[in-house]
Amino acid sequence: MVEGAALSAGRALREFGDVPLVTLEDLPQDGIVLPLGHIGAPTVSHEMLPSGREAELIRDTVERMLGRPVVAVMASEIGGGNGVEPLGLAARLGVPLVDADAMGRAFPEVQMVSTYVAGKDPGLVLLADVQGSVAALWPVDGLWSEQLARALCVAMGSTALMADYVMSAGELLGAVIEGTVTQAISIGRALEDAAAASETAVAALQATLGAVALLTGKVADVERRTGGGFVRGSVIIDGVGDCRGRRLQIEIQNENLVAIEDGQVKASVPDLIAIVDSQTADAVSTESLRYGQRVTVLAWPCAPLWRTPAGLRTAGPAAFGYDIPYVPVELAHA
Amino acid sequence: MRDLRIGVDVGGTNTDAVVLGAGNRIVASTKQPTSPDVTSGMRAAIETVLAALGADRERVGRVMLGTTHATNAILERRRLGRVAVVRLGAPSSTAVPPLESWPEDLADAAVVAATVLPGGNYVDGREISPLDEEGLRRFLGSVAGRADAVAITAVFSPGSSGQEARAAEIAAEELGPDLPVSLSHEIGALGLLERENATVLNAALHRVARHVHDALTEVLRGLDVARYFAQNDGTLMAADYAARYPILTIGSGPANSIRGAAYLSGLADAVVIDVGGTSTDLGVLTGGFPRVSAAGVEIGGVRTNFRMPDILSVALGGGTVIDGRTAGATSVGYRIGTQALVFGGRTPTLTDACVAAGRAKVGTHSAPDELAAVLRDTDERIADAVDRMSLGKTGLPLVVVGGGGFLVPDGLPGVREIIRPERGDVANAVGAAIALVSGSIETIVPAGNGRRAALDAAGAAARDRAVQAGADPSAVEIVEVAEIPLSYLPEPALRVQVKAAGALAEVP
Repeated sequence: MVEGAALSAGRALREFGDVPLVTLEDLPQDGIVLPLGHIGAPTVSHEMLPSGREAELIRDTVERMLGRPVVAVMASEIGGGNGVEPLGLAARLGVPLVDADAMGRAFPEVQMVSTYVAGKDPGLVLLADVQGSVAALWPVDGLWSEQLARALCVAMGSTALMADYVMSAGELLGAVIEGTVTQAISIGRALEDAAAASETAVAALQATLGAVALLTGKVADVERRTGGGFVRGSVIIDGVGDCRGRRLQIEIQNENLVAIEDGQVKASVPDLIAIVDSQTADAVSTESLRYGQRVTVLAWPCAPLWRTPAGLRTAGPAAFGYDIPYVPVELAHA
Repeated sequence: MRDLRIGVDVGGTNTDAVVLGAGNRIVASTKQPTSPDVTSGMRAAIETVLAALGADRERVGRVMLGTTHATNAILERRRLGRVAVVRLGAPSSTAVPPLESWPEDLADAAVVAATVLPGGNYVDGREISPLDEEGLRRFLGSVAGRADAVAITAVFSPGSSGQEARAAEIAAEELGPDLPVSLSHEIGALGLLERENATVLNAALHRVARHVHDALTEVLRGLDVARYFAQNDGTLMAADYAARYPILTIGSGPANSIRGAAYLSGLADAVVIDVGGTSTDLGVLTGGFPRVSAAGVEIGGVRTNFRMPDILSVALGGGTVIDGRTAGATSVGYRIGTQALVFGGRTPTLTDACVAAGRAKVGTHSAPDELAAVLRDTDERIADAVDRMSLGKTGLPLVVVGGGGFLVPDGLPGVREIIRPERGDVANAVGAAIALVSGSIETIVPAGNGRRAALDAAGAAARDRAVQAGADPSAVEIVEVAEIPLSYLPEPALRVQVKAAGALAEVP
């Protein structure tokens, strides 16, 4: 998915020019920021690509409805293709990209965003499809935003570009997770440097993220079931090398939710759990997990906002139906 | 009686040919150097075994060819046809036009023009736009006389193939019925750009396919021989089918080697290790077929979603040069017969180490004992590679083939048994000769009611494709069904991959 987003973003940058990276403070405080991201099924967005006009249609609708200019684009989630695509969308709109996002990671449901945790109303929500249709909603809260957006997305062909929490730069201050674009760039740079110095990619990634390696092993079993529009299931990873004899189970709902070893929780949402290729350190997405892959499981602390009571209510273990206490990953491995 | 068959495998270094008789007994075999043009080496190998057969050459009923012609044509941008590229999907998909990630020189060599036209379907079957027949006719008219082939890719055609089929009819009307047309739903799986890339490459390869066909006809002149081509999953397709899908021949070499090793050892589940002069390739045989890798492959710098055999290559071979006390990164390659110490040369190689350790008895000179120490390190690297490929399943047998097989020690942790079949040196050509014929299909089916009926329909389509490719209809079986649930859809749905395979139909 990231490759497709990288292709369209690269093309937009060549066609429309470079994009400045800014902080919210750099922007006119009453100017509108568009948080953008694709929602829908990854398999669909990999097949039915965007028209390229979606962001422009959303921008024009927002400016008409709010009567104020859009001054920047922001990624709704920094994870996966949604972290890369806003760069190209900002280029198309000729505006800067905010060095922040609303997750600091990826989450499967649209109310699982920092803006919701910070108590913001979803405000104006817009979806644009490949045909050029734009839908604008004023949902009463984040949960309704999720349900209405989901229904519209299906009608739009199960993939759409979405903007929510459309508000001014001043209103977004303190309600986003800052510095995540810079962090993404530093991860890329660390991996490049590691390749140049023939160091192991996973070690470089681990150092950059401040991550704990939970296990290095092979995917021994992948069990998937669909329910409520999501792929749920679990992955079993058997240790190899120094980890031989150990076994880690990861519960998934599009994202990796909980990692369990010997009945003990080793890491859980909202902390980050990533399954990466042991050789290349490339992320292995839930949909592409296959028996036999050689992987390393990394876990690292989420943004502090997610550890507040409101953050844990929104995206802690209980929000995904797990009756387990949340233990910060660095404490579980102290 | 036409009971003999010839298996041919074109490798990077050698082109091998074997003749198999009743019970798949090896009647004749040869190893010829692979020629830069590929064709003359192939011709030499076939002519050598035909000569060895003498009057019995009349008994040859089939030839199975695993060749690198298509790969070489793409890598060298040679003999490629010029393709008119049509994508049906506008207004969707226009953010990334066709050929976006292609190396410029390959696009120049293989493409005459590209367009994105209104058309395509949604995941649920609705049309994104009706097919723009007028626009298609205009585009085809503009390339008439310049295009050697047409490649047509519609959004979601693996689920809804109607627009591609209609577009093919229009292409035949506009450009004549003989111009080759490649339709993406017959070539690849979901993933628009990767499937489109594979479809364009396939269309560009028609000329190569015709060239191989003509070369085979020439070398087999006077013989009434059915021809088959090996494909990347270790199965065969009849020549007329391969002429329509030449891209499927890419990557057949490793698959042949794995199938051949399995056949020679009589196993259906095993790890196969093929030790050559420069590198060692490991693959896994599961249920009689090579395990495929999860990731799509790049061909000539172009991303496709072709699934190739899952191969792990390790830079170790009989010709690997010993650098101090360790196995280095370089190999003497085909010069081993003059440069290795045991052949009177001056370069210490892993073959010398194996002679010193008593694992191999080759050459005319002795090798210094201390070289044997390097094998501790290479044994460990081989053990690690075998472990990686066995995915933690202990107790799998290991089949050793290839000229440098002595490099593999007699005991490895987690390996039940090490088998070194006779004639492992021509395992890949044997693999081509004994392979089954297959057909596969990928589509989207509902997960709830209707799943069973949709799976049956996909199975029937896969069987059909196997029979079209040359299989005996009464012998075709479904050999693989993979179901992957899709997320965020209105109705739960599954992406389904089905493969059917069976023995070749009798030669009439």
